[in-house]
Amino acid sequence: MSAAISTYSKSDYINFIVLMVLGFLVIPMTVNSDYWFTSILIPWLCLALATIGQQVIMGYTGQLALGAAGFMAAGAFACFNLILRVDGLPFFGALIISGLIAAAIGIVFGLPSLRIRGIYLMVATLASQFFIIWVIDKFGWFKNYDSSGIITAQDIVIFGRPYTTPVDMYLVILVVVTVMTILAINMARGSTGRNWMAVRDMDVAAESMGVSLLKTKLQAFAISSFFCGVAGALFAFTYLKSLEPVAFDIKLSFKILFMCILGGLGTINGAFIGAGFILLFPVLLNYLGNNVFHGAIDATIISAMEQVVFGVLMIVFMIYEPLGMARLWENIKQRLFKKKNK
Amino acid sequence: MFNNLKRKFLVIATIIGSLSMFSIPQNVSAGAHEQYFPIASSRVGPYSAMGTGYYGAQIDYLNYVNMNGGVNGVMLTYQECETEYNAVKTVECYQRLLEKDGQRIVVFDTLGTPGAYAVINRMAEDNVVLAQYGYGRTDGADGTVWPWVFNAASHYWSQIAVKLKFMAEIEGGIPNMKGKKIVHLHIDSAYGREPLPAMRAITEEWGMELVEISIPPPGLEQQSQWLQIRKEKPDWVTFWGAGSGMNSTAMTNAARVNFPRDRMMYVTFGAAEEDMYPAGDSAIGTYAVANALPGDDFPLVAAIKEQVYGAGKGNLADESRVGSVYWNRGLGAAVMWIEALKNAQEMHGKVGKAVTGAEFRDGYEALNMTTERLAEIGIENMVAPFSISCENHEGAGKFAVMQWDGEKFNQITGWEAPLDPGYIRSLVEASAAKFAEENNITPKEC
Repeated sequence: MSAAISTYSKSDYINFIVLMVLGFLVIPMTVNSDYWFTSILIPWLCLALATIGQQVIMGYTGQLALGAAGFMAAGAFACFNLILRVDGLPFFGALIISGLIAAAIGIVFGLPSLRIRGIYLMVATLASQFFIIWVIDKFGWFKNYDSSGIITAQDIVIFGRPYTTPVDMYLVILVVVTVMTILAINMARGSTGRNWMAVRDMDVAAESMGVSLLKTKLQAFAISSFFCGVAGALFAFTYLKSLEPVAFDIKLSFKILFMCILGGLGTINGAFIGAGFILLFPVLLNYLGNNVFHGAIDATIISAMEQVVFGVLMIVFMIYEPLGMARLWENIKQRLFKKKNK
Repeated sequence: MFNNLKRKFLVIATIIGSLSMFSIPQNVSAGAHEQYFPIASSRVGPYSAMGTGYYGAQIDYLNYVNMNGGVNGVMLTYQECETEYNAVKTVECYQRLLEKDGQRIVVFDTLGTPGAYAVINRMAEDNVVLAQYGYGRTDGADGTVWPWVFNAASHYWSQIAVKLKFMAEIEGGIPNMKGKKIVHLHIDSAYGREPLPAMRAITEEWGMELVEISIPPPGLEQQSQWLQIRKEKPDWVTFWGAGSGMNSTAMTNAARVNFPRDRMMYVTFGAAEEDMYPAGDSAIGTYAVANALPGDDFPLVAAIKEQVYGAGKGNLADESRVGSVYWNRGLGAAVMWIEALKNAQEMHGKVGKAVTGAEFRDGYEALNMTTERLAEIGIENMVAPFSISCENHEGAGKFAVMQWDGEKFNQITGWEAPLDPGYIRSLVEASAAKFAEENNITPKEC
């Protein structure tokens, strides 16, 4: 571990400190609208976490897996049941255990990856998406026998203090996301990540060099599902505040996949950028549509136009920057840096 | 070189785009005497027919009231946000619409049970009324546990009870229902499952066999479900779908397996012209129930058509949809907002001024829509007369059965209540009590 830490440069530390100050001090002190916390920052951080999970399996290990939302649902419902049924279990404890439950399911659904690869694996992992949702829907126990199938998430209580205001919940999520992102970066830069990338780039060569395919692939599936599970629990407990299997449908899986690709495969910061783009751009378009063209154009046409614009933008981005927005960001940084030197 | 420029341009455009979110001013200036309403519409996607009609009517009515001097001089403003009938997006829209120019919304209407569930726990804290016009969480009808939630214009449990009563009448009485088989074919969501508790209780009491078959959303694939129905040979099918695609697919599939359409009962959210047209002749004979009847000869509908659409300010692109089921339903909902606003102004000595959420809630709870009042507004017979009280937030609890003849709906019955409204009410109270206990809520004294 110490070897891994020593590979960080001075600018990495500066970046880290700047981001932490921004996240923990500047944003809570300057942003005073609940809308920004509950509708922008909280879902963004949750989905970014799930996207890191998708990055681990798809970006780093090169396994085309689809079904992140299924693992999110597993994490969310695990967390609900743990808090409901285990007395005195602290919130973070429940969060970690729900992540582990999702990881266990991830290992089971990762098994096909040992035999099949590429697009066929994608089809196989799709099963996880439908299977998890079906199980939750079918057996009332998971939903505590609620008639409608939508249950209210419990309040987050840490050391006896309820964290229910938007700023509180934002801070809770920020702590979790920070810790898990640091973990993810370390794994990606360490030997674990090198094994993943070796499997991604050429699995036969990796195996002949002594990298165990079985261990590496299943480990990647487990870690990926762990991230998704924790993200799902946070998403349900802080953003939706209710648990409903339909909220974790195949559409969300696709969204996370797009966040991963658009942000940049095999990058951690790409997860944050991609999640921001996919989540926030439709909101921005809707906002602009309703405020700039309010009353001028038929509202139904505006609504449809938003989707067209969003689709076109995604295509444009993929054409001009196939390596994702993380690479775009790197390019901008490099150019700015060069200018300073001149 | 050019590539770099292009790239730079794209980046700058994106940054400017995101920054403009902060700087674009809101379109309506803050006035002292304005009341702000949210329109959480669903205009795109599979549920667009529902969303355009329903929210179109609400906007039309707000404009109509404004054209006639507002509510005691208070002008109505609104802001729209697209939810796509999606619970996650509804939460975002709710937060976005919550405040405008320092004024908070007093009422929220999601026109969707999943969306209603997603925001229902925020109502008490934010002081906003959740007006579920014939949808949503049924036990919200218990005002002691849910002071901020209303499902006026009747909830799903009353609806299923009215349907079973109608079936019993056709079959020749409840004793004849014994041994009959009924299929509840529903979309696999909170909305599709919502009537089940009441339905299970009633069918068991009557000695019927209930088969529950679910269709995953958006419900355009129903072949296997209808094969199962053919095997089961039920006497009746209650269909609980959403979106005109799903609703019409069910009828064409029923025609394919030769299931008689006049043994099918559609839910209120499948009971619209837009749901029937795509099925063509397969739709003829289908029964449906309404909490607001279609028709454009109600005086208020005619007046809006003349004044709002006459001035070219109508919200619907297709004017002929004025007076359709979804449009009239939205009108019914909007009329209640305005009546509640009037009540609130009078009750709290704020005539001619904007009211707060708490005041609006009191006004909503004091709604008393007698036949005379409905006639005055110009919607007599369009909705059933009702009143709301502190403990009972359901309203009429009555539905009218209609049958589709290929071109329009024909009303078959008057406003029918369940056979035993007290029994439905006891189910509501039991469910609300369970929720109160789980969530440590002390029911309010009424």
